Amino acid sequence: MTANLAPVSHLRPVPDPQPPSRKGAGEPARPSVAELERWATLLRIDCVRMLAVAKSGHLDSSLSAADIVAALYYRVLRHDPAAPEWPDRDRFVLCKGHAAPIQYAALAHLGYFPLEDLMGLRQIGAQLQGHPDMNRTSGVEVSTGSLGQGLSMCLGICLALRLDGLAETAQVFGVLSDGDCQEGQTWEAATAAAHFGITNLTAVVDYNHLQTDGTTEEVMDTGDVRAKFEAFGWDAVEIHGHDMAAVVEALERSRALDRPAAIVCQTTKGKGVSAMEGRFGFHGKPPSPELAAEALAELEARLERQTGSLGAGAREAGADPADALETGADDPDSDPPE
Amino acid sequence: MAAEAKTEPIATRQAYGAALVELGEAHEEVVALDADLAVSTQSIKFGKRFPERFFNCGAAEANMMSMACGLAATGKVPYCSTFAIFAAGRAYDQVRLGIAHNELKVRIGASHGGVSLGEDGASHQMIEDIALMRAMPRMQVVVPADYNQAYRAVIDSFEANDEPMYLRLGRPATPIVYKEIPETLAGGVDVLREGKDITLIATGHMVWRAVEAAESLEREDGVEAEVLNVSVLKPIQSGPVLESVSKTGVAVTAEEHRVVGGLADAVRQVAAEQHPVPIFAVGMGDEFGVSGTAEACMEHFGLTASGIADRAREALLLKPIVSRPPLFGPEWT
Ligand SMILES: Cc1ncc(C[n+]2csc(CCOP(=O)(O)OP(=O)(O)O)c2C)c(N)n1
Ligand SMILES: [Mg+2]
Repeated sequence: MTANLAPVSHLRPVPDPQPPSRKGAGEPARPSVAELERWATLLRIDCVRMLAVAKSGHLDSSLSAADIVAALYYRVLRHDPAAPEWPDRDRFVLCKGHAAPIQYAALAHLGYFPLEDLMGLRQIGAQLQGHPDMNRTSGVEVSTGSLGQGLSMCLGICLALRLDGLAETAQVFGVLSDGDCQEGQTWEAATAAAHFGITNLTAVVDYNHLQTDGTTEEVMDTGDVRAKFEAFGWDAVEIHGHDMAAVVEALERSRALDRPAAIVCQTTKGKGVSAMEGRFGFHGKPPSPELAAEALAELEARLERQTGSLGAGAREAGADPADALETGADDPDSDPPE
Repeated sequence: MAAEAKTEPIATRQAYGAALVELGEAHEEVVALDADLAVSTQSIKFGKRFPERFFNCGAAEANMMSMACGLAATGKVPYCSTFAIFAAGRAYDQVRLGIAHNELKVRIGASHGGVSLGEDGASHQMIEDIALMRAMPRMQVVVPADYNQAYRAVIDSFEANDEPMYLRLGRPATPIVYKEIPETLAGGVDVLREGKDITLIATGHMVWRAVEAAESLEREDGVEAEVLNVSVLKPIQSGPVLESVSKTGVAVTAEEHRVVGGLADAVRQVAAEQHPVPIFAVGMGDEFGVSGTAEACMEHFGLTASGIADRAREALLLKPIVSRPPLFGPEWT
């Protein structure tokens, strides 16, 4: 399978030598921002590997959401890979289902299924489908892939949790894209979530301003998405979606609100791979072997840097993301996108 | 610009874009709409040539279909494209009321039909659109077999009539069946190969496979199979179908679609009423698609030349037991 990918170095995912130290399902570990940034890099690396092997899929879409997904799976979500059906767990829904590789990478590294399964992505007989499939993949709450449906699915989960007396316990996090915000259904869900008085729903918008046919501004300008959610009765904030401290803080803050919460993350499509960052023309295209090699070199160098600086003793369980803000940001190119 | 026939395998969706430009040049009232898939559906070609008549709606298919309704009600001829899953699935009610019920001249270019969409998997593989669109009152359903026929289908769609039309197109490069761009769709049923023993009736991506199956049946079994391409599934032209099955006495249909509501049902309906013969079906059962390459997905569901040939062999075993001589003469329609 990998024989004809000579230019790409090591395509197999390897177990993380610094996996998260979880304290158990109910009480997640609180890794530092620097640790989370490192895991985001690790997940990005596996996305490149998966797509280089699958020769199909949405790489830049996955990279765009990597920081959000790492923050959620490694810190914010209360979940237990050993008990994926634990009723009290927080729910994660990848509304922008085409970014499945980034979720698969997180699920595999956290032990929902073997790492080797990542290499079967999009192949006949493999469990990892092109878009998340709840009946095939452990850790996937609902199947997605059709833009615009995800937030309604999240809302349904919220209502069920409320009926089960779990609304105070379990938070539902949906990750949406520009395209999701163009579908009318998203705004039907937004109306309904406010109407039903939902308090445990967080919509995280991966607002990278690029879609299939061009920039969002050219194709269908979604305008001020934060203001739209606010007008629909939501608590709505806008943050820099690759600023890990800000992402963690916004996600954790969203739990405590008495309204549904929207976090509009200004992101860069293809984040982490310079050749792709913010550039049109990569959507839905697998990386060429050359691009994959280049991407892996860049990401692996970053991982090494991040691992190195963590070795210096930055691994503080319980560190507050606000403190870590000063110590954590190693990424020279983490300026907010315009 | 004279249309150029293709000889090498090429996707039918490519014909959609090329023919749309020709239509745009000939008719000012032609407008095109897409839903953030203009490169995939190839409507981008029209968009580049006629930017003022091209409306990219973003990921908002329901809005697109109802916009097309408004455009058509106001004298334009909209060509709406997106993946079949969203054209027929997501926007069904918008197509139904706004376009079909109003009997508006709107053409829906539904690309990436069937499981040959491949790696994106079940969420994107539309395998019941022909059924949905056949069932929708007033909607015509066209499924071209190759690039050259697709080109003709798109060009003809403008002049054909003023009824709504659903055109199913495909993602993968597909072998050429028609050496030239045909003069016409000729009612939508073409006899591609004559034979007396069994009729293979196919549509879309299964047509070249049916031709291959017929060749292997001749080579390996000495069976002479007749091959029909049904490119217009609704309204289906019953004459050529009845003529063939009354001659051969047994048939196999082949489609990249659920056997419920698709070509199999269309053909069985015609035959059951006017000349019942055993009709076996190759198609999707009660199941969703899976991720894989286009070819692997087709193989996974038995949508191959050998799948058709095997089904034909089963049908031929049954033929002496259940086939009857023709009930009527050749003019049934
Ligand atoms: C309802 C629906 N329409 C169309 C598509 C096809 N499609 C897949 S991704 C995409 C847009 C990608 O852009 P965006 O939503 O901004 O996501 P990003 O990858 O940038 O995060 C489209 C139109 C789809 N999956 N669902
Ligand atoms: Mg985007």
